[in-house]
Amino acid sequence: MTVPIQCAPDETFVLNLGPQHPATHGVLRVKLTMDGEYVVKAEPVLGYIHRMHEKMAESGTFAQFMGNTPRMDYLSALSYNQGYVMAVERAAGIQVPERAEYIRTITVELNRISSHLLWFGAFVLDLGGFTPLLYAFDDREKILDLLEHVTGSRLTYCYYRFGGVYNDIDDDFITGTRAFIKRLRSRLPSQYHDLVTGNIILIKRLKDIGIISQEICRKYGATGPVLRGSGIKYDVRRNEPYSIYPELKFDIPCYKECDSMARYMVRMDEIEQSLRIIEQALDKLPGGPVQAKVPKTLKPAAVDCYANVEAARGSFGCRLVCDGDKGPYRLKLRSPTYSNLSLFGEVAEGMLLADALAFMGSLDLVIPEIDR
Amino acid sequence: MSILRETKWALLELFPEQKAGEADAEKAAREKAKADALAKIEAEAKAKAEAEAKAKAKSEGKEGEAASSDSPKKPSKVQETAAESASVDLAAKVKGEAAKQAAPVEEIEEPESDEPPISLEPEGARPYGVMVRSYAARGYHLDVFCAPDQVVAAAELLDGAGFSLEAVTGVDWIKEEQLEVVYDYNRTDGQLCRVAVRTRVPRSAPEVPTVSHIFSGANWHERETHEFFGIVFQGHPYLVPLLLPEDADFHPLLKDFTP
Repeated sequence: MTVPIQCAPDETFVLNLGPQHPATHGVLRVKLTMDGEYVVKAEPVLGYIHRMHEKMAESGTFAQFMGNTPRMDYLSALSYNQGYVMAVERAAGIQVPERAEYIRTITVELNRISSHLLWFGAFVLDLGGFTPLLYAFDDREKILDLLEHVTGSRLTYCYYRFGGVYNDIDDDFITGTRAFIKRLRSRLPSQYHDLVTGNIILIKRLKDIGIISQEICRKYGATGPVLRGSGIKYDVRRNEPYSIYPELKFDIPCYKECDSMARYMVRMDEIEQSLRIIEQALDKLPGGPVQAKVPKTLKPAAVDCYANVEAARGSFGCRLVCDGDKGPYRLKLRSPTYSNLSLFGEVAEGMLLADALAFMGSLDLVIPEIDR
Repeated sequence: MSILRETKWALLELFPEQKAGEADAEKAAREKAKADALAKIEAEAKAKAEAEAKAKAKSEGKEGEAASSDSPKKPSKVQETAAESASVDLAAKVKGEAAKQAAPVEEIEEPESDEPPISLEPEGARPYGVMVRSYAARGYHLDVFCAPDQVVAAAELLDGAGFSLEAVTGVDWIKEEQLEVVYDYNRTDGQLCRVAVRTRVPRSAPEVPTVSHIFSGANWHERETHEFFGIVFQGHPYLVPLLLPEDADFHPLLKDFTP
């Protein structure tokens, strides 16, 4: 339990966490005002890996920006590919062939699993458990191999194109993915849940720690597993259906406890749901082209549109303003962890430092995506 | 009442002039949409009939003139006359079909009448008011354009209706000497309704009141918009750079910025 501060602190000190700190997973700095072991005030300081992607978008063509999208969130890069191509497809009125939509769904869900696996390993590592990281990386490696086979890269994928995907998937990929689903399903109960989820140390570190109320989620615009861990069943894939998600059966994991454990459970359940989605998509995979006929230089009419996808960390939005030229007039990238981190200061107040770090881990931060 | 309609009428409180004429405007728009749908069906039926006639003429033409089959772009005289006569014959049929199909359209339209019809693009400069957009084309439902001092009222209204603020951003319209501020609102309770609230301020004095006291998440979004565009959010508790260095005195997303 978080213990409220009994009396006004007479003497506080400032503790600088980061920007190079193992618990912040990247270059995030948090200026903590401390009263002994308790956090009085926490102020995240951003911008250490700010690259101004939005200005880069304005200075090139639509296609030239594709390479920037995976560099925002390098752990679920395909969701960012998808958010951007969907915004451009909406502006230019491009229809995507069905097979391409299936391939997008299969690859993006594989990417979601790999992202959750890495988060799982790193999060448990934050809490002092080293072994689970090795299991998670072992499984994640298989996904990276599969995705490398079709996309050509292991981390910063640039695989989707306006109106389709770059490359068709082959039988090797399909057999490999089916084998992976079987493998992960057999390992999830023993190597993940028995070893970690039921572990008393983990439960004691996470249960009732970092309570985020539904009202705080709404006021800060939190999305993704953070929101679903607070009992709000909101998932862009279900609530604002895109691609082929309406044709697939899957559940939206949701826990009402609002604590770090709830967010942990949401992500673990999502891995299983993503496996279900991939399996169904592989079963239904239609034939046909993987790329629509799209002019080399896109010139959409002057329009202002918005596209949203469910990335591994929440709702990723692209606001695209076109003025009839070959590139975006303005591109706003709405990243999920930006909003998820903005509530850290309010929630961390009065927490023990060690709990605040566990809470920060449960938000699943990826700093390049916050700083853009 | 659908959430879209409910939100639209709630937001119309900000624009009494539009609200007064809105019921009539909706009715007119609905009738126009119905007329458009009818015209579309008629045109489709006509096109279909013509295509049928052409196909018929082609098959007839083939029988009479086998040699012309290798040049499908140039219809032979036989084909042309056949197509003409067929289209004359079908003209009456087309009208009948259109009339037949018109009846179910009205039946379909009636239950959907709870959804407000999509607004037409205004000619010239856009006046302050609420517009209903096509979600499929734009990705949001309601597009609100208001005066800078109305953004707080809009935020309060949407806060009361259970919306959450997804993002705040700016757009530099350098040709018009204006800066636009856009607020994206969304719901997370399962009802789909996205609202974009936008306002414009002169580039020379870009000042907008803050909404950070209503939506705490706006705090960072406004700091970001301030550093990128130089837009001052009046009343913001801590308007210092967020992503840029703390001593940054430039605004990189302005169109006339050169590094």
